[in-house]
Amino acid sequence: MSRIEQRFSDLHREGRSGLVTFVTAGDPDPIVSAELLEALPAAGADLIEIGMPFSDPMADGPAIQASSLRAIRAGTTLRKTIAMVEGFRRHDKATPIVLMGYYNPIYRYGVPAFLTDARAAGVDGLIVVDLPPEHDDELCLPAITAGIHFVRLATPTTDDRRLPKVLTNTSGFVYYVAIAGITGTRSADDQAVANAVARLRKHTSLPIAVGFGIRNATQAAAIARHADAAVVGSAIVSRIAENLDGAGRPTTGLIDKVAGLVRELASGVRNARRS
Amino acid sequence: MAKANSYRVGPDENGNFGIYGGRFVAETLMPLILAVEQAWKLAKHDPAFWQEIDYYFRDYVGRPSPLYLAQRLTAHFGGAKVYFKRDELNHTGAHKINNCIGQILLARRMGKRRIIAETGAGQHGVATATVAALFDLPCVVYMGETDIARQQPNVFRMKLLGAEVRPVTSGSRTLKDAMNEALRDWVANVEDTFYIIGTVAGPHPYPEMVRDFQSIIGNEAKRQMMEREGRLPDTLVACIGGGSNAMGLFYPFLDDAGVRIVGVEAAGKGIDTGEHAASLTAGRPGVLHGNRTYLLQDDDGQIKEAHSISAGLDYPGIGPEHAWLKDSGRVDYVSIRDDEALAAFQLCSKLEGIIPALEPSHALAQVAKIAPTLPREHILLMNLCGRGDKDIFTVANALGVKL
Repeated sequence: MSRIEQRFSDLHREGRSGLVTFVTAGDPDPIVSAELLEALPAAGADLIEIGMPFSDPMADGPAIQASSLRAIRAGTTLRKTIAMVEGFRRHDKATPIVLMGYYNPIYRYGVPAFLTDARAAGVDGLIVVDLPPEHDDELCLPAITAGIHFVRLATPTTDDRRLPKVLTNTSGFVYYVAIAGITGTRSADDQAVANAVARLRKHTSLPIAVGFGIRNATQAAAIARHADAAVVGSAIVSRIAENLDGAGRPTTGLIDKVAGLVRELASGVRNARRS
Repeated sequence: MAKANSYRVGPDENGNFGIYGGRFVAETLMPLILAVEQAWKLAKHDPAFWQEIDYYFRDYVGRPSPLYLAQRLTAHFGGAKVYFKRDELNHTGAHKINNCIGQILLARRMGKRRIIAETGAGQHGVATATVAALFDLPCVVYMGETDIARQQPNVFRMKLLGAEVRPVTSGSRTLKDAMNEALRDWVANVEDTFYIIGTVAGPHPYPEMVRDFQSIIGNEAKRQMMEREGRLPDTLVACIGGGSNAMGLFYPFLDDAGVRIVGVEAAGKGIDTGEHAASLTAGRPGVLHGNRTYLLQDDDGQIKEAHSISAGLDYPGIGPEHAWLKDSGRVDYVSIRDDEALAAFQLCSKLEGIIPALEPSHALAQVAKIAPTLPREHILLMNLCGRGDKDIFTVANALGVKL
């Protein structure tokens, strides 16, 4: 059983939903980012998504765009992102790590080398926004062969006819994007999410994580009533941005403040009654 | 396999030109892209669709555009006979309108009620705002802040035409960022919105669709040249940013083996300075904006900022079919610096009484290099794809003239 499967199986046994937190590798700088990463599980993150910074994050809103640019300016590369996972794994063998981003940096790195290095570092899954199932040969199938889950996004525009195509070759979990839009903008209403999760469950037995537009503990709890996990990204990287000084340097207490937000989100998720 | 040796077979059903092209977009957009493809497939085989386009081309755009023998430039260069395809005489002053007419008619067929576009120099934005006004559809144009500052006349034109121009402040604040922002808008407004992409790039079917709408340029030129000279030209020259005017001229000639084809990228301040927009000359294959193609990027796959005095060429990518034509060797791709384009801009104004846009000034600078070396019977055809009124402020500034 993979780390992702193990974690969802544990959550299921505990009878609760999980919290997936997103941070961008190297934001705001490599040292603080690595410390932050290590603080996330203790604060209540059940799974961690690490953003691979990209200059042109087309599916992301202003908060994650800014986060990505901060990381690039701080010298983050895909190689350093993988090294960060390696560092994290020395202390934490249980928390699943999913790398999330866009295809070009991986393509540039070289798919076989990337998969070898990511696997060796302890990466458990990949979410690559601009690789739809039509391009499964590029990375999805090689990733599966290499023993890394390829987690796909399903969206409100993915209708019942297309859903089977999206779910083929998807493993680990399914990430349902609650709104048709970019990250960190609108929030979905509760009923729409409930309906969507029910629709997905007719097509798959994989765990379903829901994200996009979840900003606080109340919203996270609402999602957790329906889904197997709630994903929070923009709110967390915004909290990082709020704790930088005028020159973009982290201020004292940044990690505590971000961890504080994660604790709130986690308590929302943990106290939610499952429907 | 009668067509095995043809250069006019791409893309395949998945939108690939060899390894280039494809559909690298977020899942939210995928169903929409497939719907555009479906509508395009039906439309392109429907004679009524092309009749409608022909009507607007003739009565609204002013096609066919003339084929013009540039006699004074020909005499000046003292070699090849230089012809211009005068697409700068189109309504709105550039070739961009050809594509916009086609796409908005497709949008209407699909029942879309809102139009978005990205623009660099503003020519595509103006052309989109124009057709949106004509067909009474609300229109939002994304434009980088940097480009807004250097293309004020076009910004005002778009507003006069009723479009909303949204400044883009992310990234380098130029064309690539405007395209990111247009894609973000589209993801959030999938139900009612049609995205009119301005060049032969983006996810399939855009590269093919835009090429087919722009091919009117090459088809007309071929017919006109046969009427005028009784034979095909020996060399074609066109400038390349995303590559739509070039694709439009080149495509009908790709299988005419005797025709040499040259695409001209912007070398900015010089390739070795790193400040240029020559993705084919100095870029590497990568994936951006829905397609695989040559991109200006660093070793980590981060997209680099392009530089050109011409806002319309200032893009770090290139249409995927050009990438394929480069690798196949059918088209030669060269590059021209800002200063060379500026010189050609002035030369054309003085000798022919035509103020060209800075984009085709790059093509003309290449013509200036090769024409003198070619015999007098050599026929050289250049696409004069836009007029230079929009550029007078940029040029004045570059020449140190205060307006």
